[in-house]
Amino acid sequence: MTNPNPLTEADVIKVASLARLELRPDEVATFTEQLGSVLGHAQDIAALNLEGLSPMAHPFDLENVLREDVVTPSLDRDAVLAAAPDAAEHRFRVGRILGEAP
Amino acid sequence: MTTSAISLAQAIAARTTTAAAATDAALSAITERDGELHAFLHVDADAAREAASAIDARLAAGETVGPLAGVPVAIKDNLVMTGVPTTCGSKILEGWRPPYTATVVERLIDAGAIPIGKTNLDEFAMGSSTENSAFGPSLNPIDPTKVPGGSSGGSAVAVAAGYVPVSLGSDTGGSIRQPAAFCGLVGYKPTYGHISRYGLVAFSSSLDQVGPFTTTVADAALVSEVIGGHDHRDSTSIDAPAPGLLEACGRGVAGLRIGLCSDLLDGADAAIVDRVRAAAAALEAAGATVVDLAIPELRLGLSAYYLLAPAEASSNLARYDGVRFGLREERDDVAAMNVATRTAGFGPEVKRRIMLGTYALSAGYYDAYYGQAQKTRRLITNALDAAYQGVDLLLGATTPTTAFGFGDKVADPLSMYLSDLFTIPSNLAGHPAMSVPFGADSAGLPIGVQLLAPGRRDDLLFAAGAVLESEVSA
Repeated sequence: MTNPNPLTEADVIKVASLARLELRPDEVATFTEQLGSVLGHAQDIAALNLEGLSPMAHPFDLENVLREDVVTPSLDRDAVLAAAPDAAEHRFRVGRILGEAP
Repeated sequence: MTTSAISLAQAIAARTTTAAAATDAALSAITERDGELHAFLHVDADAAREAASAIDARLAAGETVGPLAGVPVAIKDNLVMTGVPTTCGSKILEGWRPPYTATVVERLIDAGAIPIGKTNLDEFAMGSSTENSAFGPSLNPIDPTKVPGGSSGGSAVAVAAGYVPVSLGSDTGGSIRQPAAFCGLVGYKPTYGHISRYGLVAFSSSLDQVGPFTTTVADAALVSEVIGGHDHRDSTSIDAPAPGLLEACGRGVAGLRIGLCSDLLDGADAAIVDRVRAAAAALEAAGATVVDLAIPELRLGLSAYYLLAPAEASSNLARYDGVRFGLREERDDVAAMNVATRTAGFGPEVKRRIMLGTYALSAGYYDAYYGQAQKTRRLITNALDAAYQGVDLLLGATTPTTAFGFGDKVADPLSMYLSDLFTIPSNLAGHPAMSVPFGADSAGLPIGVQLLAPGRRDDLLFAAGAVLESEVSA
């Protein structure tokens, strides 16, 4: 790719943290190069003048799909909780969310 | 098993063979060869034998059975079945047993099909070779030194190795058509909304579609009619009758206008270009009119796709947080547990795409990348719509090359992405497309030609695909 890499290692570290991923230093270097190469390829569309074209999020115009407001069976609660790493008292169980009071 | 699903189902219904015999044949072929080829991540032999016996018992009792009664099928491991392990080729879901069944699997079972097991894939369907599976790659049965393609590589291998006549895959940017081409099979991606995604683990929701791998065009039509149609559990499902596909297989192409599209051909291997031109000649000989045309906008699809699909994936894969299913890496607090779980559970390609998508959606880059990709998607769709003013179908190559070797493209993700160049436009537009096997290169590796149709004209693919198939087997 002749374009300069649009990404820095600092960008990759920041994006990884936004995506809740932790990278080793060697991974930061590899991903910076690989992601930069994909973004470099994308310069072909970044450079286009697409004024007047509406963004397309989906193949068809979607409308809200509503069903009759009647009670129907849903997934069994215990079966769903059985697939969780940890559950207690009919709920998903996780560790501490808040720190100790100062 | 080289028998088609249709003839196998007929033989079982006529009781010249049994569902139990067909299932045993599939299971013993798997025992014999799948240690090497690795199409399956999970085989459920007991459940398959039980289901087959139940079909045979119903036939013995004179009951009416479905059109796929007794036919063994393989299911890509991103489609869920109650109680059957579903991994998506990822460590993060290892050991998960889903509490529900995908609509397409339910409909196959209702039609009498016998699910044999779950097939290997690139992790979360992200890849073009199965080399991104956390559980090791599948091998191409035509030449085991080559990849089978991906992401639905295991499903392609299961049919190409002769284990089963039918498998299901999913196609987000070519993940059915590319492995079908590499393994010498029919692979069909339906119009967006024709086949339910309820129970398909989401990768890129505006692009993902489920479809079949088969050895014949008519089998693909039958299976798609069985699994297709409206599903109230998928809000993107089209609530309108679909054109008949089986009926279309006998229709021929007389009077159809077919565009041989240079932007779905230029840059492909010479042997592939030759076969696509031969396919054009065959369609012309069968009564179609073939015109050369260019749609240069299609070349922009790759860049748009590799921003849009990762963007959607970064959102869809946020759910793997160690709370509700799959892996959890325990840490002192929840935020650290989330990070540790995702870092340990996802492989490198999934991390790449999540980060790419997160970047494309982040403040300051959203308009330049994601917004621009969405407008490019419109540009490509408009260009295809304009082309379909003049022709009924488009014809091109499915892939730029035949099956490549293991390791050839792993270090350079962009080179791997380029193998999707010709398949991506149909996903962006939501249009149907099909890869039909049409000969081989000098090394004997299969070549697929690709047919593309406008949205909701899937029937045209089957009409033209059947003509090509009869030509190549003639």
